[in-house]
Amino acid sequence: MSVQTSLQANVTRAEVEDFLYHEAALLDSWKLKEWEDLLTDDATYYVPPNDELEGDYKNTLYIISDDRERIRQRVIRVLDPNCHAEYPRSRTCRLISNVRITGVDGDVVHVASNFVCYRYRRYQREFVYVGSYEHQLRKTAQGFKVKQRRVLLAAHELGQLGSVSFIL
Amino acid sequence: MTGARSFVVDDREKGIFLLDREALVSEEVLRGEMRAIFAKCWIYVGHGSELKRNGDFHTRKVAGRPVIFARDSKGQVRCHFNTCRHRGALVCTERKGNTRRFNCVYHGWIYNNDGSMARVPGDEAYTAAFDQSTFGLKTPARFEQYRDFWFMNLDADAPSLVDYLGKATDYIDLVIEQSPSGTMDVLSGTQEYDVNANWKLMVENSVDDYHLPSTHSTWLNYMANSGVKVEPPKDPSLVLPTHGLAIDLGNGHFTTDNVNFRGRPVAAWIPIYGEDAKPEMAAIREELVQRVGPERAKRICDTNRNLVIFPNLVINDGSSVTIRTFYPEGADKMHVTAWALGPVEESEPARARRLDAFLTFYGPGGFATPDDVEALELVQQGLANYSDDRWSEMSRGMGREGEQLNSDEHHLRTFWRHWNKMMTGAL
Repeated sequence: MSVQTSLQANVTRAEVEDFLYHEAALLDSWKLKEWEDLLTDDATYYVPPNDELEGDYKNTLYIISDDRERIRQRVIRVLDPNCHAEYPRSRTCRLISNVRITGVDGDVVHVASNFVCYRYRRYQREFVYVGSYEHQLRKTAQGFKVKQRRVLLAAHELGQLGSVSFIL
Repeated sequence: MTGARSFVVDDREKGIFLLDREALVSEEVLRGEMRAIFAKCWIYVGHGSELKRNGDFHTRKVAGRPVIFARDSKGQVRCHFNTCRHRGALVCTERKGNTRRFNCVYHGWIYNNDGSMARVPGDEAYTAAFDQSTFGLKTPARFEQYRDFWFMNLDADAPSLVDYLGKATDYIDLVIEQSPSGTMDVLSGTQEYDVNANWKLMVENSVDDYHLPSTHSTWLNYMANSGVKVEPPKDPSLVLPTHGLAIDLGNGHFTTDNVNFRGRPVAAWIPIYGEDAKPEMAAIREELVQRVGPERAKRICDTNRNLVIFPNLVINDGSSVTIRTFYPEGADKMHVTAWALGPVEESEPARARRLDAFLTFYGPGGFATPDDVEALELVQQGLANYSDDRWSEMSRGMGREGEQLNSDEHHLRTFWRHWNKMMTGAL
């Protein structure tokens, strides 16, 4: 099997995969300050509503629509022991696959992947978030930085998943 | 249910109000609620703006009943039971869409979008006693609207919707009047999530301002980090930075009515909206003052109100406007649906601000709602001890004369008194 190569950005799928796995490891281990270091200064984080995955956050009610400052505040919140939805913290384990480089725009690589994120809280039910990630990664001298992170949930509604109270 | 025992201890002389926790855990109580409350009260189905064009429809479950909320080909808004008259299958499986006909996939019975029977395949096999025209989709006994909020009632003898809403209509009007033409839109994007807790805990939580400092300290921190002045109250009887009231609106409806400190997309600026928003928000306020007068404009802009229409519709006019409804799916589980509502005339930046402000507090990814969900689920888990720890305490503020505070429990008692009356057959 050949490695998909983007000539314009000179980026291989293997490099992109390594980055996504690294990001997943930071999120699963709650190293959120380190995760923030992976973000560009204009990074955004979106979780559109299950029933309008293509909707624009400017006229559609999202689940999460964060600019860089809101991400900073979200990290402060979820690390606070008074964030009751995440204290004691969930344990999460995310599996990422079907990684594809879907486009290149200057120094920004567009990457699509599928994920399953298992979440366990205390004695509660198991939560299984299934969907796809759409990353926009900027290639810098220090490696990739996340310019945009869009999380598309496969379920028709959040339903038993309840909340997205952690960084999905 | 007449003669059933009371679930509350309501001792006004001593100032004690207690709730029997069995009301929150028992499947038998839930069965009673389906008969005595959900089959008797006006239950919210949807907003007319969700059906823009003739033929538009949404399927949803309302109080456990699968229904089709539709605008027929002549423009009339309707509510059909989503149940084939032949053998009972759902006749529409799509979540939403636009159609002239609903086709049952089982034997192919076809209905028009006004619910009337269009065609029974092979109808020559029936006798003369089979009258096709009587086989339109069934509907709830009553289906009425107030300002495009559509409700159904399974009880043909119920009072009219407007009589049922009573004094609550003024609080609905305050929301609608944000729009110069009095036309509000349900915006696209639906938040639907389950909470593993009894549905009545969401009623309480939606108006309970006592819990705000403890449950939502991370949200208050976020507001402070974002330059919103959140000062602890000077008056020791308050728990929130500003004064707020709890108001009994009759028929089991109630609302909070609070002096705003948290910003309002219409039209009280806070730094989260950005400097660019200031001129437009000033213009929105000015238009309101011109249209409804300074006093009413002040109520619209500078108060936030969490309104409960008994039993299960909440309209929060706070950080943004949310319509929230929830249904029991068991004594210890509910399904919540929430929408955002905005004036139809709103500019693109104003609409974006409204939606962004919504997410600072509300919804499954908001900075507050997930902690509410957690609190309600903790209650439900703790209630496993109900047989040995029987009573929930709700006496807060009972000795207070006159105006009742949002951070007391007057409004929660209002709900429970009404609920108890309906469940014991006293109403």
